[in-house]
Amino acid sequence: MTLEPSVREAMLSAVPSLRAFAISLSGNVDRADDLVQETLLRAMANIDSFQPGTNMSAWLFTILRNLFRSEYRKRRREVEDSDGSYADTLTSHPEQHGRIEFEEFRKALAQLPPDQREALILVGASGFSYEEAAGICACAVGTIKSRVNRARTRLSELLAIDSADDFGPDQSTRAVLSAGGRR
Amino acid sequence: MMQTDTQTRKRGGKLGRDVQTKLGKTLQAYFDDVVKEGVPDRFKDLLQQYDERKDKGSS
Repeated sequence: MTLEPSVREAMLSAVPSLRAFAISLSGNVDRADDLVQETLLRAMANIDSFQPGTNMSAWLFTILRNLFRSEYRKRRREVEDSDGSYADTLTSHPEQHGRIEFEEFRKALAQLPPDQREALILVGASGFSYEEAAGICACAVGTIKSRVNRARTRLSELLAIDSADDFGPDQSTRAVLSAGGRR
Repeated sequence: MMQTDTQTRKRGGKLGRDVQTKLGKTLQAYFDDVVKEGVPDRFKDLLQQYDERKDKGSS
């Protein structure tokens, strides 16, 4: 059987945010693109288990999230991480994505525990509801809410923001922010 | 140090609305910076190749 054109279109249109999710999780473009590739391959191989009419994006995010989690667990076993050295690999790899304006933010994001980071990105940037995020992470809605709250608190501590004025004071960050995104 | 912690958390661990807004905007901007790049050819090719391979196999 072949891929329905509508299914392929739905997959393609999910790729940009899937990549952004992968990069936010892994902090590394190469690893992120490998994750996206693996996700698409798995999705195509298991397309029969996708229910037409349901959210393709949420389905792909679920696959990618599970791949990342199993890879993360594997790495943790391989790399001794008593001193947070794994977190360092997230922040020191040369092929990071993004402009220098986001450097500080990216480093802070990498310091969050993975479950908090994924919850924050799903709800705060990917446009999923708390319910959808709970489905993707296979946990309760209340768990997602508390992870998002803890992530926000921790991020604000890491970035030492006390009020909006303390944050992103340089012109370039302001320009990026005021230029705005899709949403 | 304790002072900073207390200030950041505000009352009862709740972040101020302005801080939340600022964090949210930065997170969204960081995310959208990648989204704006669209679909790399690598993934277009991947889905295209899959179709071609399947077409050959099924006909």
